Amino acid sequence: MTLLSVVLLPLIGALLVPLLARARSPLIPAIASGIVTLAALSLLLLQAPTVLSGELITSEWAWIPSIGLSIAFRLDALALFFATLITGMGLLIILYAHFYFAGKPGAGRFYALMLAFMGAMLGIVTSENLLFMLIFWEMTSLVSFVLIGFHSDQRPARRGARMTLVITGGGGLALMAGIVLMGSIVGSFNLTDILAAGDELRAHAHYPLILTLVLLGAMTKSAQFPFHLWLPNAMTAPTPVSAYLHSATMVKAGIFLLARLHPALADTDAWLYSVSTVGMATLLTGAFIAMFKHDTKELLAYSTVSHLGLITLLMGLGTATALVAGLFHLLNHALFKAPLFMMAGAVEKATGTRDMRRINGLWRHMPLLTIMSAITAASMAGLPLFNGYLSKKMFFIESLDANVISPLNWLTPVLAAIAGLFSAAYSFRIFHNVFFNGQPRELPVWPPRKPALGIQLPIILLAAGCLFVGWQAEGIVHGLIRAMATASSGVKAPAYDMGQLHHVGPAFYMSLAALIGGLILYALRERLFELYDQLPPADAREIFEWLMTRAGNGAERFVHALENGSVQRYIALIILTAIIMAGPVLANVVWYGAKPMTPADPLTILGAILMMATAFGVVLGHRNRLFALLLLGSAGLFVTLTFARFSAPDLALTQLSVEVIAVIIMMLALSFLPQTTPVESSRLRRSRDSIIAVLGGLGTGLVSFAIMTRPQDSISDFFLEQSVPGGGGSNVVNVILVDFRGFDTLGEITVLGIAAVAVFALTRNLQLKHRIPNERDQYWASNPHPLILRTMARPILPIALMVSAYIFLRGHNMPGGGFIAGLITVVALSLQYMAGGLAWAHDRMLTSFRPLIGGGILLACLTGLGSLFMGLEFLTSWFGHYELPVLGHIELATALLFDLGVFTTVVGATMLILANLGKLMTVNGPGEEIG
Amino acid sequence: MTEAILPVALALFSVSLLLNLYRVLRGPDIIDRILGLDTLNVNAIAVIVLGGIYMNSSLIFEAALLIALMGFVGTVAMTKYLVRGDVIE
Repeated sequence: MTLLSVVLLPLIGALLVPLLARARSPLIPAIASGIVTLAALSLLLLQAPTVLSGELITSEWAWIPSIGLSIAFRLDALALFFATLITGMGLLIILYAHFYFAGKPGAGRFYALMLAFMGAMLGIVTSENLLFMLIFWEMTSLVSFVLIGFHSDQRPARRGARMTLVITGGGGLALMAGIVLMGSIVGSFNLTDILAAGDELRAHAHYPLILTLVLLGAMTKSAQFPFHLWLPNAMTAPTPVSAYLHSATMVKAGIFLLARLHPALADTDAWLYSVSTVGMATLLTGAFIAMFKHDTKELLAYSTVSHLGLITLLMGLGTATALVAGLFHLLNHALFKAPLFMMAGAVEKATGTRDMRRINGLWRHMPLLTIMSAITAASMAGLPLFNGYLSKKMFFIESLDANVISPLNWLTPVLAAIAGLFSAAYSFRIFHNVFFNGQPRELPVWPPRKPALGIQLPIILLAAGCLFVGWQAEGIVHGLIRAMATASSGVKAPAYDMGQLHHVGPAFYMSLAALIGGLILYALRERLFELYDQLPPADAREIFEWLMTRAGNGAERFVHALENGSVQRYIALIILTAIIMAGPVLANVVWYGAKPMTPADPLTILGAILMMATAFGVVLGHRNRLFALLLLGSAGLFVTLTFARFSAPDLALTQLSVEVIAVIIMMLALSFLPQTTPVESSRLRRSRDSIIAVLGGLGTGLVSFAIMTRPQDSISDFFLEQSVPGGGGSNVVNVILVDFRGFDTLGEITVLGIAAVAVFALTRNLQLKHRIPNERDQYWASNPHPLILRTMARPILPIALMVSAYIFLRGHNMPGGGFIAGLITVVALSLQYMAGGLAWAHDRMLTSFRPLIGGGILLACLTGLGSLFMGLEFLTSWFGHYELPVLGHIELATALLFDLGVFTTVVGATMLILANLGKLMTVNGPGEEIG
Repeated sequence: MTEAILPVALALFSVSLLLNLYRVLRGPDIIDRILGLDTLNVNAIAVIVLGGIYMNSSLIFEAALLIALMGFVGTVAMTKYLVRGDVIE
C-alpha cells in the first residue's frame, strides 16, 4: 500500500497542480508540488531501515491475470536508492524551478509534467511486474517528449523532442518484445520469478534475441552509442528539465534495468562483450565530443553520455566489485551533474547566453556559485578527496582487472585512462571558462544579474552532498552501495576493499595521468578547437531529420497507394483477401454436413426465385436509380416474407420497418443526385469485379450451407432456456436485446444517436441552390400537398401510434419491442411531413429531437445503473408479477424502461435525420435549425 | 374444407406475386413499376395471413398489419418523388 501511494502521490499531484496554477501566486503550485514530493520521499525513507536490512517489500493486486499483468510493487535496496534519488532530486529541482521560472510563463505546466515524470520513474523502479513496469517506461518516454518540447513554439525544441520520442519509444517497443519473450519462457512476468529463472533464460535458444531486445530498450533510454544522439538534442528543454532528466532520472532508467535484470541475463560472454563494448564506445565518444562543445549545456550533455557509458561498461563487466563501482559512480554522477546543469541554467539566466566563448570571468559577479561549481566540477574531473575521484578510481581498478579479450588486456585500462583524461579536460573547461579565463565578451545581459540565493540553494546542497560522500565514502559504500549490489545481483556482495583506493598503485598512476593529461589538453584547447573545426562536419541531427522525413513520406505514399478513397477498391480488396485466404482451406471442406435438410415446399422455392430475381434486377438496373430503389423495396418485402415463413416474426417486423425508412431516406438523398448512374469503368474492370463478386457470393453461400447442415451447439439454447427465468420475457429476441445483450444495444443506440447528430451538424449550415423549376410544368402536379393525401394521412397517425404502442408494450413477451415501435412512429410522422409539408407538420409537433436522443440514451443508461445500486451487474433486468385492480395480472420489468430508452432514441434520431434532410430542399421550410 | 382451399389460395397468390414482380421488372413505365410494388405489398399481406392460418400460428399477423400500414407510406413516398421531385417539401 505504501508503495502504491508513493507512485500515486506524484501522479495525483500532476493532475491537481494545473488547477492550482491559476492561483495568483506562483508559489502555490511550487509548494504543492514540493509537499507531494516530500510526502513520497518521507514514505520511502520510512521503509529504509527495513529494506537496508535486506528485506524485500512487495505488494500485489490483480489487474489482468489472463495476460499475467498485475499491479505489483517491490522495494529492495536498489529500488529504494533509485526511488530516493528520484524524489530527492525532484524536490531540489522543484525548488530550483521556482526561481528559474520566476517571471516566465509555464511554471504550472512544468510542475505538473515534472510530477507526472516523477511518478512514472518511481513506477519503473518499484514495479515487481515487468509488464506493469513497461507502462511506466512508456510513460517516461511520452512525458519526456512533452518536457523536452516544453518550448513548443521553437523548432529545435520540437525536433529534439521528436528525436527523443522516436529513439526512446522505439527502444521501448524492443524492450516490450524482450519482456514478453522472457515472460513466455519463465511463465510469469513477476521479477521474483524471472530473476530466479536466470539459468533457464541463459540456456534458452532465444537468449541472444532477448538480450538484444532488452539491451536495445536499456541503451536507447540511457543514451548509449549510437543512440546517444537524442540526449544532446534534448538540451533545448528548460534547464530544470535537463537537470532532472539527464542527471538523475530518465537516463538512469536504462542503467537501472541493466542492474535489475542482472541475475536474469548477465554473466554470459554475450552480455559481457555487448554491454561493455557499447559502454566503452559511449564513454569515449561522449568524453571526446564534450571537450569541443562551446555551449555549457551541450558540454554537460555529452559528458552525461560519457559517464553513462562508464556506468554501462561497469555493468557489462558484471563482477560484484564492478557493480559496486558502477552503482557508486551512479550516485556520484547524480550529485555532481545536477548542480552543474543548475549552474548552467543560473548562468544563462544571469547572462542570457550559454556560449562559453562569451561567458568568462564570472567569479567576480557570483563568488558563491564559483565555489560551489569548483566543488562539483572537481568531483566530475576526479580530483582526489572528492567523491568522483573515488568512483573513478574504482573504475580504473576494474578496468585493470577486466579480462575482456586476453591479447587486448592492456586496451581496456588505456582506453579508460584516455576517457578519464578527456573527462578531466572538459571538467576543467566548464569551470575555468565560465568563471575565469579573462573578461566576459559581449554578454546579452550586462552587467550579469546576481543569481538569487534560492536558485543556488539546491546547488549548495548537492555540492555539500559531493563533499559528504567523498568524506564518508567508506560508510556509504559499505552501508548503501553494497546492499544495492546485493539486491541487484541477488548474491550477497563481498565487502569492498576500500583500502585499495588509497594505495599508490597502477590505478593511482592512471588517475594522475588522466588529471595531468587533462590539464595539458585544456591548456592546448585553442589549437585543439582549430583542429576540431577542420574535421568534416557530420551533423547527426540533419541525418536523423532526413531519415524521419523519408520515413514519413514513404509511409504516406504507402498509405495513399493502399487507401485511395475508392470504396469499390476497398470492397474488392477485402473480398479478394477473404477468397485468397479462405479459398484453399474451404476447397477441401465437405460441403454437405450430416444434418438432414428441411423439406422444401413449392411456395418457398417460388419465393426464393422471386427474391433472387429482385436482386438480379437491382444489379442489372442499378443505373436507373429510382428503379433500383424500387426493386430494393421489393427485395426487402421478399426478405420479410422469408422471415415470416421461417417463424421469425421479430425479424420480419424489423426488416419491414427498416426497409420503409431506408427507402424514404434514400428518396430524400436522390433528390440531390442525378437520376442515372453513368458508365464510368471499363468493361475489363467490370468483368473483373463481377468475377470477384460471384466468387465471394458463392463462397459465403457455400460456407453458410456447410455450417447450417452440421449439427452444432450454439449459444441460442442458453438464450432459449434462460429467457423466461433470467430475463422475464418469453420473446427471446427481445430479451436478448434488452437483457442478455443489453450492453450491445446501449452501444448501438448511442451510435445511432451520434450518426443522427452528425447528419444534423453536416446539414446545419449547408446551403443548396434553391431548386426552382425551370419549366412551369416540369412536375406532374402543381400542388405539393394534394387534398386527398392530406386527408388520408391524418387518420393514419393515431392508428399508427396505437399500433406502435401495442407493438412496444407486448414486446417483452411477443414479437415487437422498442426499436420496431420507434420506427412505426417515425413512419407515421414522416407521412405527415410528406402529406402536409415540413412547415405544416412542425407547427403541430414538438421538434426537440436532440434532447429526445440524449434523453433516450440517458434513460437506458440509468436503467442499467439502477441494477448496480441493487448490487447486481450493470443492466441486469428486474421483473415482477402483480395483480392490479382493473388491469388484472400484469408483469412489470425494468427491461421495459430500457426499451423505452431505445424507442425514444430511435424516434429522435430518425426524425432528426429525416427533418434535416427534408429541410434542405424545402424552399418554404422553416429557416431555423430543426432538432 | 379449409385445409383443401388454403394450398390452392396460397398457390394462386404466389402466382400473383410472380406477375406483380414481372410488372415491377418489365415496366415499361415507372408508374407501372410503382403500382406493381404496391400490389406486391397487398398480395404479400394475403400470403402472410394465409400462411399464418396454414401454419396455425398467429404470430406473423403483425407483419401483415405493418405491411398494410407502412407499405402505403412507401408508395406515397415514391409517388411524391415522382410527381414533385422531392419527398418532403
